Amino acid sequence: MEAMLGTIWFLLWGVLWAVYFMLDGSDLGLGTVMPAVAKSEEDRKLVYRAMSPFWDGNEVWLITAGGVTFAAFPGTYAVLFSGLYTPLMLILFALILRGVTFAFRGKVDDPRWRNIWDLFLVLGSFLPALLLGVAFANLFKGLPIDGEGIYQGTLFTLLNPYGIAGGLLFVAIFAMHGSLWLTTKTEGELQERGGAWAKKIWPLVLVLAVIFLLASQRLTNLYDNYLARPVLFLIPATAVLALLATRIFMAMSAWWPAWGASALTIVSTTLFGVIGLYPNLIPSSLDPDFSMTVANSSSSPLTLKIMLAVALTFVPIVIAYQIWVHFLFKDRLTDDEVAYEERHY
Amino acid sequence: MDVLMLSRLQFAAATFFHFLFVPLTLGLSILIAVMETIYVRTGDQDYLRAAKFWGKIFLVNFAVGVVTGITLEFQFGTNWSRYSRYVGDIFGSILAIEATLAFFLESTFLAVWAFGWKRLSPKAHAACIWLVALASNLSAVWILIANAWMQHPVGYVIRGGRAELANFFAVITQPFAWQIFFHTISGAYILAGFVVMGISAYHLLRRQNIQFFTKSFRMGLALALIFSFAEIIQGHIHAGEVAKIQPTKLAAMEALWDTQTHAPQTLFLIPDEKNERNLMEIGRIPGILSLLAYHDFNAEVKGLKAFPPDERPPVTLTFMAFRVMVVLGFLFALLTFIGLFKRNKLVDSPLYLKVMLWSIPLPYIALQAGWIVTEVGRQPWIVYGVMKTKEAVSPLAASQVAISLGAFIAVYTVLGIIAFYLVRKFAIQGPEPLPAPIRKGEV
Repeated sequence: MEAMLGTIWFLLWGVLWAVYFMLDGSDLGLGTVMPAVAKSEEDRKLVYRAMSPFWDGNEVWLITAGGVTFAAFPGTYAVLFSGLYTPLMLILFALILRGVTFAFRGKVDDPRWRNIWDLFLVLGSFLPALLLGVAFANLFKGLPIDGEGIYQGTLFTLLNPYGIAGGLLFVAIFAMHGSLWLTTKTEGELQERGGAWAKKIWPLVLVLAVIFLLASQRLTNLYDNYLARPVLFLIPATAVLALLATRIFMAMSAWWPAWGASALTIVSTTLFGVIGLYPNLIPSSLDPDFSMTVANSSSSPLTLKIMLAVALTFVPIVIAYQIWVHFLFKDRLTDDEVAYEERHY
Repeated sequence: MDVLMLSRLQFAAATFFHFLFVPLTLGLSILIAVMETIYVRTGDQDYLRAAKFWGKIFLVNFAVGVVTGITLEFQFGTNWSRYSRYVGDIFGSILAIEATLAFFLESTFLAVWAFGWKRLSPKAHAACIWLVALASNLSAVWILIANAWMQHPVGYVIRGGRAELANFFAVITQPFAWQIFFHTISGAYILAGFVVMGISAYHLLRRQNIQFFTKSFRMGLALALIFSFAEIIQGHIHAGEVAKIQPTKLAAMEALWDTQTHAPQTLFLIPDEKNERNLMEIGRIPGILSLLAYHDFNAEVKGLKAFPPDERPPVTLTFMAFRVMVVLGFLFALLTFIGLFKRNKLVDSPLYLKVMLWSIPLPYIALQAGWIVTEVGRQPWIVYGVMKTKEAVSPLAASQVAISLGAFIAVYTVLGIIAFYLVRKFAIQGPEPLPAPIRKGEV
């Protein structure tokens, strides 16, 4: 059991990131494409309202993923967060500005005021998507960390072609995912524009995904685990099939299934990388002995057990009430309803 | 400035700013929940309007509190990586539990509350704000347990070059953690009460919505009154615990240099840290500090000189902040006690209303002063007696931290101004003039 604990938490850690990307990917993506899909102030209000009841609950998955990194793998948390100081700060500021946008934008009735916050929504969505992609791609590739766990690179070390490909893949896949989210929440022209943009972005996602998967084979050791246990190839295969299914559902205008298939693409792509990393959390590109692994960076068995008990008890409850919220707000939005809510908030 | 000082300033700035917004949400969520419950029970439309009016102010505060809270969680890793690595086994798990138990609950149900007026029955809708209130306060429990562990580490062993959890139960039940919780939460409730009273006083002075704001004022008064008096009693017990657990902090709070029995309480003095003495002592009463800390005039209280100079906290700042907090604490009790007699003739007491309006900033100052005592008074330790702050900082370049600190100050200043502007605007606007039009299935 004790030997398994680290592995269980490694998997939960990967799942938490995957769930975060799946959920907040909708918000980050929709925020990124807003200028393209929303043509009028009414459109923009609907775009915001498509995210408003959910974005904060979605973002808590990020806080939890960060918290679990801290709790289950403090060594990794310390090395990763201090090593990637500048990109993390940029993500933080972007999320801060995006977060307050939801609270501030509608509070002053002035187009200039709203334009400022719209800009922050776009930047605050695009930048975290890009940087999270860059960060994870570099994680897959390995970071230049020395024997003391000190990062020996700069921000520009991360901006290598593989890292940039990862960033662009995240931006593209989230943009498609967010466009699809809009189609599930609206009707009429706005829904059509969301669908049209998802269709336009899809080929880009496909190309970037293929490049990323091929480059991973050349530039990372992710495939070692897959070659050792070929059954694991089901995961990247799922990612590819889910991406194809996304396009088929789009063609059928089956928007919820399209969003679901896109969600599965995101989850299986994330898990593809995470499982390829195992047992490393941060492979060192300087010397494999310097890598942060499940064995050398995890918490004590007692802490992992307590955390597991908490997670197994409360995470299902969280999932249950978050699903309930999605049912509560499942109906498509209309201008009337948004106008009504505005009078109250 | 070096990385250590810059990182300390950055953490201080981030915490200070975060705690300008959080305390109001802790208390106001409860008041809004009570208001909405009264509405559901009695059908009194004033209370529905009140829940919505205070709800607007709550939402602005909550939003800024949430986004600045993420910063704090990340900063342990970005700026205090050696600390994170050393104590993550204990400290990290408490933060992760806080997120799982509390953050999900408050974030999810606040959104349901804000957007669910038409979609839920009045009872279910009121239940949402109760869940938000519960979750916000629960999150305070966990974060203060984490802080208390840094003040008084328990339930751990040093193994393999780090602190490992030995007894989880000891960490979450240690009395000092609950002292810190009650002290902080009482302060937050006092603050919420004063904000509600202050904004209500503004309107009562102008004789607007008299009935509405009298009700709000009295609810704020009840909350602030109870917790102002509770805070004084609890604060006294709390200081007794500090005397036992963190003797250097107590000595700095009182600027006591020499270990002595019949230790005096001095109303005012100017510490001279360089020469290890005080200048200009005013109102020195022998024995009172011994009495307050240990309930015995003869008790020996350790002075700062009993500790090596590199284990003493900054004295002047700790001493002054403690004075500010205590004086304001007594003032809150006095003002709310007067309120007890004015509560039925508020509009006829313009002077009292004016005082209450201008008192809004005071609990903010008191709470920040309290945190200065807690955190500066703990120095040079990041984990009292176990790890020094200078051993905890990340191996970063000073320029990196200098840039991020500058960015924090700039962004937070702008956010602070906007949030203040919006809260002020909503506060002055007052409640919706008439009850919302009743539609089918609508609250």
